[in-house]
Amino acid sequence: MPDFQPKIVAFVCNWCTYAGADLTGTSRMKYSPQVSIIRFPCTGRIDFMLLLKAFASGADGIIVSGCHPNDCHYSSGNFHARRRWIIFRGLLDFLGIDVSRVQFSWVSAAEGAKWAQLVNETSERIRELGPFTGYQRLRGLGVG
Amino acid sequence: MKGMETDKRSIQREALAELMAQWCSEGKRVLAPKRSGGKVDFDRVTSLSEVSFDHVQTVQSPKSAVFPRVEELFSFRSTDGRVEIRERNLDTLPETVVFGLRPCDAAAFAALEAIFNWDGPDRLFSARRARTTLVTVACSRADEFCFCTSVGGGPGAVTGSDILLTDLGQGGFLAEIASAKGRELLSAAGSLFGPAGDADKESRLAKLPAVFPPDAVAAALAGLFAEPAFWEEQSRRCVGCGACAYVCPTCACFDIQDEGGATGKRLRCWDSCGFGLFTLHTSGHNPRPLQSQRWRQRLMHKFSYMPERQGVLGCVGCGRCARACPVDMNILEHIRAIAEARP
Amino acid sequence: MNALQEKARELLATKTVRVVIGYGPGSGGQARALFVREAAQARELIFDETCLQNLAVYLMKPDVRQLGKAALVARPATLRTLLQLAAENQLEENSLLALVPGADGVLSLSTFSALEAQVASQDNELSVAEKSELEKFAAMGLDARREFWQEQFSRCLKCYACRAACPLCYCTRCTVECNQPQWIPVPAHDLGNLEWNVMRAMHLAGRCTNCGDCSRACPVGIPLYLLNQKLILDVSANFNSRSGMTAKADHSLSTFKPDDPEDFIK
Repeated sequence: MPDFQPKIVAFVCNWCTYAGADLTGTSRMKYSPQVSIIRFPCTGRIDFMLLLKAFASGADGIIVSGCHPNDCHYSSGNFHARRRWIIFRGLLDFLGIDVSRVQFSWVSAAEGAKWAQLVNETSERIRELGPFTGYQRLRGLGVG
Repeated sequence: MKGMETDKRSIQREALAELMAQWCSEGKRVLAPKRSGGKVDFDRVTSLSEVSFDHVQTVQSPKSAVFPRVEELFSFRSTDGRVEIRERNLDTLPETVVFGLRPCDAAAFAALEAIFNWDGPDRLFSARRARTTLVTVACSRADEFCFCTSVGGGPGAVTGSDILLTDLGQGGFLAEIASAKGRELLSAAGSLFGPAGDADKESRLAKLPAVFPPDAVAAALAGLFAEPAFWEEQSRRCVGCGACAYVCPTCACFDIQDEGGATGKRLRCWDSCGFGLFTLHTSGHNPRPLQSQRWRQRLMHKFSYMPERQGVLGCVGCGRCARACPVDMNILEHIRAIAEARP
Repeated sequence: MNALQEKARELLATKTVRVVIGYGPGSGGQARALFVREAAQARELIFDETCLQNLAVYLMKPDVRQLGKAALVARPATLRTLLQLAAENQLEENSLLALVPGADGVLSLSTFSALEAQVASQDNELSVAEKSELEKFAAMGLDARREFWQEQFSRCLKCYACRAACPLCYCTRCTVECNQPQWIPVPAHDLGNLEWNVMRAMHLAGRCTNCGDCSRACPVGIPLYLLNQKLILDVSANFNSRSGMTAKADHSLSTFKPDDPEDFIK
């Protein structure tokens, strides 16, 4: 599917990854334009259901990113988020939902280059996986 | 409708299979009881061999043929402050044969019709109902949850059915043609039916003596409304889920939900008076804050309000609610207690 | 009168408790919850292999709470549930008597330490059969698992019997009932059913005590226990913790360790 341009939604925290992505831009580094960034106060606020909402709204891939461990602006939001993701990934996999479409990462405010690389790698992987029709098909099913 | 004149024929199992194949080839949707994972429930079938005959009752009722658990009422599009409504094209609704429902299920359609067409015909419901034909199979067995005979029905009652089949053994069925739709089916496949013999239908039916008179229940209920202790005692173990309402063949309460933004669909979906949210007002006030009041509502509605307002009992004695209840709220027991109560 | 009936009679006669929540004979040869409020009614109590319901669900009901102090007939999973409720500040110490029928009579437990000791003495692990069923799923492959669950959830009626039967689903207003905005779709269509079931499982992660009542409650027979058991194993493998073992707050998903595994994070 060479023409396929994946839709990727990135849920990022305000203090680290959003600032890191900003640095990518101000450093004039180019990266894949398929990503739509949604800024949150903290990764601890990123409810697992938001990820499913993104898929249901047509996302083909998701990035969730925040401060490195011990760097959380609120001291432990990212630690709590990490536990939730461990469980959520296990559940998604058990339900047959491909977790390789969700990339978790830590990107600090100083890691503009890491953000560019993360988005590029994720876009490439999702492009290879193709559109997430399996999930998108659910919308509308079961309405008589 | 007891003693209604029916046109009696017979049909063999092979002919029945052919009849079903004929419906499918005509593009009709055939819904019938199917066994899967230890439970029997209505599902789409394409061949008689998929159909279960040996069960007492399905988990869910056949009401979803005319009242699906989610259905689109219409779609809308809002542009520049103008809302454009697109009504559903009723011509695309499927012609449906519900096969293998029980006489109690067939009787339940009258209650649904009474509710949906109470203050004006419900367009979507009526269109679905008009396209639905009921080919019922009489009950050769009943279980402890069955009580159709107490609410005006019976294991071999024809009321509500278009055709009622009674298994006569050795692959033969008595076919009672009970309506204009039934006669249409017959005339479309007349060669598959034979003349009715002199088989004794009654002897093939489940024996189920009536255990309470419905009039006594309605009379007792009138005096019990303002007896909170009675209802608390009755409903103490109820955990307030919607299983009873959702498997019920006559429960017709629904919720309206819009999905989408400026462009979207208006959906009708099942709701239950057992839920705390059911009567919650925007102000925060809830006229039925306790589970006991919600349980009272369930019974009052079926045995008092419906007979009074719609002239039809809201219960057909199928026993599904009792079988599905996670905490064994056995409706028959509760109704008998009401009939015997002297407030 | 057997030991349980005798104990219940005594507790009610001495007004030690106002209600004994136990099991009585129900329909179809099954047991059902029985609320015994008079000493003379104690003889109706039964306790055998048909007594499956986790009666702790009733402790969260306002209609039952108003009856006064309760004694509750407890199975092993019920005891874990009581500890989990205690850990979540839903149960006060000594506010309840847990009655545990055994070979040597009926234990009557009211302190958290007594409940913890009893739970520690019983088998709380997933059975070999339960584990092997989960392993079978792991071996199925992603697509097969998706098809399996899609078929299962397509039958979900959103009757919320799973929620109502669960003693740990005690929120007075569930997320599905919050509609500004509507977080989980109300209709029982495929997307709404998936989101509801994911949310139910996630909200019970690290809390579910594997009583199995959600699955028993489901009228259409969706094997919800598989989701809960999968998460119990994951919580145990990743955080070395198990719900319902202690009355102290150690809720796996509201705490963390700095060295929690993160091999999946770039």
